Amino acid sequence: MTILHTNPAGSVGSIPAPGDNNSRQNPWEDVCELGRLSVERGAAALVAGAPVALFRLADDEVLGLDDIDPFWGVSVLSRGVVGSIAGRDTVASPLLKQRFDLRTGACLDDPAVSVATWPVRVLRGRVEVARPSFVPAL
Amino acid sequence: MAISNRCGTGLTTRLGVRRQLVVAGHGMVGHRLVEELVEANGLAGVDGWEVTVVGEEPRPAYDRVALSSAFAGAGEDQLTLVSDGFFDGPGLTLLVDEAVAAVDREAHTATTTTGRVLRYDHLVLATGSRPFVPPLPGRELPGVFTYRTLDDVDAITAWCAGRRTGVVLGGGLLGLEAANALRLLGLEVHVVEMAPRLMPVQLDDGGAAALRTRIEGLGVHVHVGASSEAIDAGTDGAVAGLRLADGTTLAADVVVISAGIRPRDDLARACGLDLHERGGIIVDDSCRTSDPAISAVGECAVAAGRVWGLVAPGYKMAAAVADQLGGGDATFEGTDLSTKLKLLGIDVASVGEPHGPGAVLDDPGSATYKKVRVDSEGHLVGAVLVGDASAFGDLVQLHRSGAVVTEVLTLLAGTAVAATGPSALVCSCNSVTTGDLVSAIEADGISDLATLKACTKAGTGCGGCVPTVKLVLERQLAAQGVDVRRGLCEHFPDHTRQDLYDLCRIEGFRTFSDLLARHGTGPRGCEVCKPTVASVLASLGGGYVLGGEQAALQDTNDFALANLQRNGTYSVVPRMPGGEVTPRQLMACAEVAEDYGLYVKVTGGQRLDLFGAKLDDLPTIWARLGDAGLESGHAYGKALRTVKSCVGINWCRYGVQDSTSMAKLLELRYRGLRAPHKLKMAVSGCARECAEAMSKDVGVIATEAGWNLYVGGNGGFRPRHAELLAEGLSDAELVRSIDRFLQYYVRTGERLERTAAWIERVEGGVDHVRRVVIEDSLGLGADLEAQMAAHVESYECEWAATLRQPDRLALFQTYVNEGAPT
Repeated sequence: MTILHTNPAGSVGSIPAPGDNNSRQNPWEDVCELGRLSVERGAAALVAGAPVALFRLADDEVLGLDDIDPFWGVSVLSRGVVGSIAGRDTVASPLLKQRFDLRTGACLDDPAVSVATWPVRVLRGRVEVARPSFVPAL
Repeated sequence: MAISNRCGTGLTTRLGVRRQLVVAGHGMVGHRLVEELVEANGLAGVDGWEVTVVGEEPRPAYDRVALSSAFAGAGEDQLTLVSDGFFDGPGLTLLVDEAVAAVDREAHTATTTTGRVLRYDHLVLATGSRPFVPPLPGRELPGVFTYRTLDDVDAITAWCAGRRTGVVLGGGLLGLEAANALRLLGLEVHVVEMAPRLMPVQLDDGGAAALRTRIEGLGVHVHVGASSEAIDAGTDGAVAGLRLADGTTLAADVVVISAGIRPRDDLARACGLDLHERGGIIVDDSCRTSDPAISAVGECAVAAGRVWGLVAPGYKMAAAVADQLGGGDATFEGTDLSTKLKLLGIDVASVGEPHGPGAVLDDPGSATYKKVRVDSEGHLVGAVLVGDASAFGDLVQLHRSGAVVTEVLTLLAGTAVAATGPSALVCSCNSVTTGDLVSAIEADGISDLATLKACTKAGTGCGGCVPTVKLVLERQLAAQGVDVRRGLCEHFPDHTRQDLYDLCRIEGFRTFSDLLARHGTGPRGCEVCKPTVASVLASLGGGYVLGGEQAALQDTNDFALANLQRNGTYSVVPRMPGGEVTPRQLMACAEVAEDYGLYVKVTGGQRLDLFGAKLDDLPTIWARLGDAGLESGHAYGKALRTVKSCVGINWCRYGVQDSTSMAKLLELRYRGLRAPHKLKMAVSGCARECAEAMSKDVGVIATEAGWNLYVGGNGGFRPRHAELLAEGLSDAELVRSIDRFLQYYVRTGERLERTAAWIERVEGGVDHVRRVVIEDSLGLGADLEAQMAAHVESYECEWAATLRQPDRLALFQTYVNEGAPT
């Protein structure tokens, strides 16, 4: 997965290559102002109809995961506590506390389980999430 | 996992040279045999055996010993004994939902229930046992069950839904397990045993009496020396009761028969193997039947003259046969039947030969019984332990080593017998010694309990030795110079919750980041230390729990000021002190429930729980409840929940004090107090105890002479009666004592440690707490009281505070971009 940091110059040169269907579309979906997200906490957003958990870390980096807890099939990961476990940035599901790596989506407590990651960038103070390439542009 | 319903003959034919091993039965022992084979040889196939296991149940082998945990919510995947991919190994096939139906010893073939024909070079019968059902009239009625398989568990669970009373026929080990299962399903339970005592095989009269006292203390009715005559049907044709020989009838919606086991020897009988006159396949000390090409292991076998109805001897038989299949000559010549069990949460152990005279320590007050039998030369012959089995490991070791016992009284007192040499047996289910554990820790560099259990199998049978395994691990790590951390998590490896509380209280930390920077490690903490510190700061008067940096530390429930439910919605619980509610408040609850489609349930704590609220709706719901004068019930917090009460002297003919008013006073005083774990209280207006105060963290019971104060009670998974802290208190004395008690607990409790566990942990137990709280032995009294006064002074409803702050309300939005253009 590509994590794109805030670019001070506001360059858009780092946009991932969109799918063929979207080649003339901007793959980034505007979500909200950065200030709308609490520091060191998650919040959910709907991107291309899918619930995405957004986590704003202390350095204003924003990371995105599927919001659905794969153990329960319920959209709640954004409501977990953000942590760091052995150097990995994590969130613990609020249901039964399984931890997920914010950067890879891997579950630390069950190697067979993971959640999808979503590319996120912060551009001119706005949080944007990349739509999956297989979803037709709106 | 290669669980197949098709025969994998292709490989067999191609290789040709491989010898065929067929294992009839995939229970605990059958599976252990295959595991031993695989472990001894890396892969079963390496040794030239192609193994086919035929299991009758629709699932692979699981931990039958832990069956009752299935009622407590353990799923099939927690009970399974088969690790992922195990049967993917070469030369291994598992057939489930299929049984061996016939054996042709001439042709060396086993035919299964699906008509499949398996050729064997060696056949192992591991068909186990079946429950013995006595020929009682009515045993076929709907609602009569046996208790042996997960399917039995499912059937019993389904049947018991909405039913109230259960009878278990049989007061042995399995019967008591079944009784516990029914209890977990919420039924009132009777145990009927024909012998004059419970667990007649393992216990003597004194031990059985102590066990009975404890079991009855849990609300289970025990009938011993009771013969059953018939199971009666009700008008609906289902079971309605068990009729006893003395003419009485116990009403029952369900009857579970657990009257012993019988070896499943039908297959052996049909193919002409030698059987014991009372059932069971006779085997020699190599576990061979009268046909040397056929072995039998586990509960279907009669080995060394008897059926061994425990898993540990079964495992030993499996190990012996696996060794022989690999070319060895291991034998099974019987084993020590010493066992340690946890039945309904009660420790029960027997060592060696428990029956006969011995030195006895019998304390009816605490229902603890210990008997140690030593022969004239000082060798330990046997022992019985009920209520406290901490000496079990030492006693087993003494029994096996044949060491001479010099201090019988020391043994009885349960103090260290120092049987800690490398040959001391720690796990008797899997024959793991201290030496095995130590070499695993040293050689493989193991430093955590889970890995140690997985590698050595210690503690994976009945689980009774897990504390000992943990102790051995900690001692060994300490001996290796590894720092044994008792800290909260990797960010505070040297600090317990109490340490962090003291740091915040004494050094005045008011934010998590300051505390982490000064005393912790890493960039941000985790889901363990963050909520813990948030709770500590709140306990110390940190103010609004969603204020500033504190908000991000909170667990979901505290963050949303509501209880997250399994479907992602929340439940809402307004406070109703004393269970009192005005018509207007009731109407507000009803209207909110109707408008937002909420499910309403009256809780055990005498208030209303509104389920199914969406995150977005919480603020408007609370605005409406607040308008009606309702405030947060803190059902979401590790905080005071509710103070339950009866109507007391105001209405009840027996009441001697105003319990409702006292409950309201206490609830309003301690509402919002954050603690290491949730707090529950109750006030009863007389000794009849209708408010169930004895099961609460703080229980108050009225007497003519004043209030009696009990502490450390608990319901839930491990019920505990509260213990008397002080009696005959005036209102003011009561409040002062509870002030001090709660603040002392808040100060010294560990993370998620209820008062029950806390009192059991602190040295000196309730006597110590009494000295600190009532006698003020540490001189903390005034300080603790002042702290509580500050809490009472600064209390504010968290929902009222939240509704005043628009920036906080923005947090109650399911999606941050809802309504935004896309």
